[in-house]
Amino acid sequence: MIASVLLAVADSAAPATNPAAIAMFVGFVAATLVITYFSARKSTGSSAYFAAGRRITGWQNGLAVAGDYMSAASFLGIAGMIALSGYDGFLYSVGFLVAYLTVLLLVAEPLRNAGKYTMADVLAYRLSPRPVRAVASLSTITVSTFYMIAQMVGAGGLVKVLLPGISYNVAVCGVGVLMIVYVVFGGMLATTWVQIVKAVLLMSGSVFLSVLVMSRFHFSVSEFFGSLSQITFHKGTAVITADFLTPGMKFKNPLDFISLGMALVFGTAGLPHILIRFYTVPDAKTARSSVVWAMVLIGIFYIMTTFFGFGAASVLGPDFIMKNGGGNMAAPQLARAMGGDIFFAFISAVAFATILAVVAGLTISASTSFAHDFFTNVIHHGKEQKPGEEVRVARITAFVVGAISIGLAIALGPSANVAFLVGLAFAVAASANLPAIVFSIFWKRFNTAGAMAGLIVGLVSSIGIILISPTIMTVDAATVAAAARHLIQRAPIFPLENPGIVSIPLGFLAAIIGTLCSNEPRAEEKFTELVVRANTGLGAEKASTH
Amino acid sequence: MSSQTPRDFTPESGGPTDVAPTGRTSAKPAHELTAEEERGNVNWDAIAADPDFKRLIARKIGFILPMTIFFLVYYFALPVLVGWFPALMKTKIGTVNYAYLFALSQFFMAWIVAAIYVTKAAGWDKAAAAVLAKFKK
Repeated sequence: MIASVLLAVADSAAPATNPAAIAMFVGFVAATLVITYFSARKSTGSSAYFAAGRRITGWQNGLAVAGDYMSAASFLGIAGMIALSGYDGFLYSVGFLVAYLTVLLLVAEPLRNAGKYTMADVLAYRLSPRPVRAVASLSTITVSTFYMIAQMVGAGGLVKVLLPGISYNVAVCGVGVLMIVYVVFGGMLATTWVQIVKAVLLMSGSVFLSVLVMSRFHFSVSEFFGSLSQITFHKGTAVITADFLTPGMKFKNPLDFISLGMALVFGTAGLPHILIRFYTVPDAKTARSSVVWAMVLIGIFYIMTTFFGFGAASVLGPDFIMKNGGGNMAAPQLARAMGGDIFFAFISAVAFATILAVVAGLTISASTSFAHDFFTNVIHHGKEQKPGEEVRVARITAFVVGAISIGLAIALGPSANVAFLVGLAFAVAASANLPAIVFSIFWKRFNTAGAMAGLIVGLVSSIGIILISPTIMTVDAATVAAAARHLIQRAPIFPLENPGIVSIPLGFLAAIIGTLCSNEPRAEEKFTELVVRANTGLGAEKASTH
Repeated sequence: MSSQTPRDFTPESGGPTDVAPTGRTSAKPAHELTAEEERGNVNWDAIAADPDFKRLIARKIGFILPMTIFFLVYYFALPVLVGWFPALMKTKIGTVNYAYLFALSQFFMAWIVAAIYVTKAAGWDKAAAAVLAKFKK
């Protein structure tokens, strides 16, 4: 893979190719492959492969959660959104952090105490395991795959701009092959350490970028914010001067703010790739401390989006950003303007590392769910036919999921409009997964029919509403390139960007109605056991001894 | 722990633990028991009915429920204020405005709630350990 990348670079010798960038990309890839090599030797057996032996410490898991969560959509996407749409972009930053209170207060500890490898473990505890696992697994794989395709298309586009010698297809294959290698050979342990390395890189890159931006303003916060009050840019032929701290540059409808806020704050606690991270620590107490570590890192990071998001608007200006790669390139372009080519290369390598760490996390969550929930528990009633079968199936699934994602990302092409897939992942997580998880843990009366109704209605309604929302259904101007056009060329039926405000209440409502319409004494009896387990940690899966 | 039944400890396929006890002749030590094996050894109903346990649950709910309501109200106040009262939120204090300051306050709110939760949870850990100690044979 590396050889082919290097060859491609050498062949083209495109003028903008940056040797420092190549060195850093290769350095990061080499470091992660070393991690994978050492992890592979330890990743034998189910709990080692799926949960890193449950021996990750609190701060390590905190870093890994942060690394798993702060995707390219956060780093590049939010920086770009703030740089182009000002204050409205910063609302994402707020939601991404506050969401962790839902994780900390409601989900993390009971999940760790009552589950084993997947989100569905907690549901299967009280409810009829096979149907619940089948649907939860479907929801997990849907969320992970959609999210992953968005990341892969982003990665391909990013590498193409940063290293002009490499084509989009090569870049997508490279990212795909690397993530398959991490997950297939290194399992959860390699994934965890790739995420830790990435989190450290991302945090240091962001701190450095923020300091450079503030140095431009003589470290005066008031001078910095003052520079935002009158930013002039072009929109079509119109010249606009706007105060970038004013809300409403992106969202015109107040309900848009609410719907987005709901998807963010309820979605995070239902994202399968985040939830499975809590199985990698020894106990619920460590799960708690890892959320706190993650909240410190994620909070600091998203506060810093102020400096590099608004900073890009102020220092570069929206016109420059639109001409030089668009919103997603705002942070790297800002780095180039502030720190020259070397820093540009570093920030680009950080962005690349960010994508790799996130796709690895998504791949392992999808393959764990398929192997553990679907293959072992649904098809084989919870018994492996041969020793080590579950891990083998997970490895094959990781390979298949990776291959499918590569294929889809290549088929969609670099300018495909895939941003909605990230929004969709959060909406499905909030509308389908969260009701089932929260009711399982806190509501005695909850039962299988309720879980199935909540999962299915949440999944279908979020996908359905996205299809009729402006992210898919918009009439594009004739000048828009074919691949970037919206999928359905007609006026949107649903007016908001995010389906959350409708699909989340629908998911919860369906779960309640489904429950009340049926009676399942066993689910109520087992609630006692779940409460004791969730609140005492009695009988929770232990860390492996070596 | 069912030490009286002779068992083959070679992990049956799907051996739920990875600590392969191949060749071990004595019973599994307690820390290697899986959730499934431990289930039969615990009287869940007795623990659930224990007054100290009930008090623990009441304390937890009594904290988590109001705290969740608080942070949700505080958080959704942001989109509501920004969406429906833009004129108010645009008001400047120096070079910054209410909208940004309130957004920034959300970060500190989240950290403070998390800190309070961790302090409380340390107390619950002790209470839970005390309940379990009562039921340990």
